[in-house]
Amino acid sequence: MGTATNLTRRTFLKVGAAAGGGLVIGLYLPGLLKPAKGQVGVFAPNIWLRIAPDDSVTVLLTQIEMGQGVMTAMPMLVAEDLDADWNKVKLEWVGADKAYGNVNMDGDQTTAASQSVRGYWKPMREAGAAARAMLVTAAAQTWGVPEESLSTEKGVVTHTASGRHLRYGELVEKAATLPVPEQVSLKDPNNFRLLGQPRARRDIPAKVNGSATFGMDVKVPNMLIARILRCPVFGGRVASFSAEKTRTIPGVRHVMEIQSSPSGAGVAVVADTFWAATKGLEVLDVNWDEGSLATLNSEGIRREMAEATRQPGRVAQNEGDFDRVFAGAARQLEVAYELPYLAHATMEPMNCTADVREDGCDVWAPTQSQTSAHHAAVRITGLPESRVKIHPQYVGGGFGRRGEADYVAEAVEISKAVGRPVKVIWTREDDMQHDYYRPVTYVRYWAALDESGMPIGWKARIMQPSIFSRVAPVVVERMGVDPISVGGIRSMPYDIPNRRTEYINYLPGIPVGFWRAPGGSVAGYVTESFIDELAAAAGKDPYEFRRQLLDKEPRLRGVLDVAAEKAGWGTPLPRGRFRGISVLEEIGSYVAQVAEVSVAPDGKVRVHRVVCAVDCGWIINPDTIEAQVEGGIVFGLTAALHGEITITNGRVAQSNFHDYPMLRINEVPEVEVHILPSTESPGGAGEVSTPPIASAVVNAIFAATGKRIRRLPIRAEDLRTA
Amino acid sequence: MISLNVNGKQREVDVSPDTPLLWVIRETLGMTGTKFGCGIAQCGACTVHLDGTPVRSCSTLVSTAAGKKITTIEGLSVDSTHALQLAWITEQVPQCGYCQSGQIMSAAFLLVRNPNPTDEDINNAMSGNICRCGTYQRIRRAIHRAAQTIRAEA
Repeated sequence: MGTATNLTRRTFLKVGAAAGGGLVIGLYLPGLLKPAKGQVGVFAPNIWLRIAPDDSVTVLLTQIEMGQGVMTAMPMLVAEDLDADWNKVKLEWVGADKAYGNVNMDGDQTTAASQSVRGYWKPMREAGAAARAMLVTAAAQTWGVPEESLSTEKGVVTHTASGRHLRYGELVEKAATLPVPEQVSLKDPNNFRLLGQPRARRDIPAKVNGSATFGMDVKVPNMLIARILRCPVFGGRVASFSAEKTRTIPGVRHVMEIQSSPSGAGVAVVADTFWAATKGLEVLDVNWDEGSLATLNSEGIRREMAEATRQPGRVAQNEGDFDRVFAGAARQLEVAYELPYLAHATMEPMNCTADVREDGCDVWAPTQSQTSAHHAAVRITGLPESRVKIHPQYVGGGFGRRGEADYVAEAVEISKAVGRPVKVIWTREDDMQHDYYRPVTYVRYWAALDESGMPIGWKARIMQPSIFSRVAPVVVERMGVDPISVGGIRSMPYDIPNRRTEYINYLPGIPVGFWRAPGGSVAGYVTESFIDELAAAAGKDPYEFRRQLLDKEPRLRGVLDVAAEKAGWGTPLPRGRFRGISVLEEIGSYVAQVAEVSVAPDGKVRVHRVVCAVDCGWIINPDTIEAQVEGGIVFGLTAALHGEITITNGRVAQSNFHDYPMLRINEVPEVEVHILPSTESPGGAGEVSTPPIASAVVNAIFAATGKRIRRLPIRAEDLRTA
Repeated sequence: MISLNVNGKQREVDVSPDTPLLWVIRETLGMTGTKFGCGIAQCGACTVHLDGTPVRSCSTLVSTAAGKKITTIEGLSVDSTHALQLAWITEQVPQCGYCQSGQIMSAAFLLVRNPNPTDEDINNAMSGNICRCGTYQRIRRAIHRAAQTIRAEA
């Protein structure tokens, strides 16, 4: 990629003729410098778009489609400021190419952390706007009229005074010869034509007839199938193995120990078919050296966390003087909350297809990160970066799991060893027992109350395995804390003076990783549970209490009010139903939920209805936001009602959906989504609705039963009355 | 050789008789619309019809499917215009999409038996199919919509 080192303009556009005679625009923003890495002069470039003489507009897409709608949202952003004809917009996925790195993801091509729209909306819209400006100039010159007299709509430039029209395709040749505009202006959100209107997702037709190709569906000529038997204990190794019986299974071609998977040591059985590999695996004799974690248990982890959090942690925030006000408080409150490890359980188990040859390597990966897949394949093959091609696929659920590249490493290593294309297929059991889990967490809270019961001091102490200790230890070293662990808890929005947040890192050895709202799913539960406890302590209505303490937070108050109003807060409910409320910010978006819950005499909790208000800035595709909010609630509710990974002797006790259950259609509440209008910059939509749901539900349970659920998942035995 | 009738076509497959039908459909016959999700009949992603009845193909031996009519998502309609497929698009149901073949196959059986299902009927027919993206509310709406279309055409 070209780099520009002496930029004085706000934007620098590189223009050239495309193969086939179109207009190509690549946009480079000097604002995307990454001083954090000290790479002065290196620019993180942005999108490409191509307009062809046949009027087609091809948008190059770096984000992975995993159901969150990027295949539709991203081209909508380009098309809006381009004034393109939506029906002429095509897509092309790009593989691993640093030019497409996300500035908000440290330059990586990683689709995660609700950063697709947030990281790319501006460059994509600017690319569209710049292309439009050049097409307008081309038309103005063709007709000899001022640019100001022209307008654009649906891929056509019009000179209203004379009634003349030119299609974009007719202008590309001339536009390609023009100088690049020094500045482009973006449309005012009030003038959006495409953005903000519901638009059918481009990926959906292929997903109703079986034709969408997921990583699992990749077919490569001459391909073998591999399954891997991994050490059940994290950190264990292969002491020895015998493949004698395995080799007698028809269709088994190779048996090999694998070394390169970060998911642990194992033995691979490579066969003509999945079933042959599976049968070969079943008769494999492996002696494991289970290592130091073979005595690790969830009960021990719980005890250790309860004990360790009695001592102070690393200070992550200290405002006012908590200790002084706490000591002199009219009333003191102390509670503790616990959350378990959680698996991702994407519907498509991990898999990857690799073809390693002497002169190159192709990887077909259902990955959320071309960058991490590319790194893994380059590392293992030893090939030059340019010889390793990543082919992104549809992803059958990501939720953060597929930002990892363990499954990629396995496929590459095995293909390299056997000299043929290989697809590694994980079973559900492999997937559940060799995940990077949402970390187990223990949070203690203290509050100081004045005579009227209002909080005047607030302290949180979080103990949690740090994800960053594995993926970017330098971050933890520099900050002293893990930003995911403390972020949402420290930024608690309520107007309470004298605040302190402490953090204790805890690394018992179970792999932890990013999950859907990895920090928010914890922070939302603990913060919004504790504030509810404070409301009760003050004898105030939970909604009014929050409202009072959010008077400096208009966007939070905005969603809180809408959720309360639409849910009919304070109005009578059917007998046995009770409401709970929750409000928070997540990745630049604001969300409030009211859950309607009943608790049966046997302690079973039923969530009947969830009203959700969300403010995520100006909107791209409202139907997608609604879908993401609905799904995120189900995701969070699954965790609140069912989700728990436990460790027995260093291994995961759960193995499949019978003991790690998912919410099913008969358990889901009616979800009502209200999107607030806004002209603020876009926030995230994929993760925003997961964090508040657990607290909305447990707060409703408190309203119903007077019992506080301080440990997830919610257990019927804690609520049984008959 | 095992003789299978898949989507109306006769196919001879040379596989071990203990192979799950799912892997014969996916690997031997190359039809990948039917998905592998759990392998133990817990998630429904692999749902196909055997003589018109939904089965979990991950837990159905290929030998038991011999001589029966197998219908996969690819054979549900010739041109993706089954009322359910159209309703799935209108209601914008799928997110990641991985479970949706199985969802649609389960729903198709429901509507054959019951052209006017209640929410309760839908719960009973669909609770064997997991959607991790949480599209259930839209699945429900799409089934009601498709049922209405089918009744109107009847």
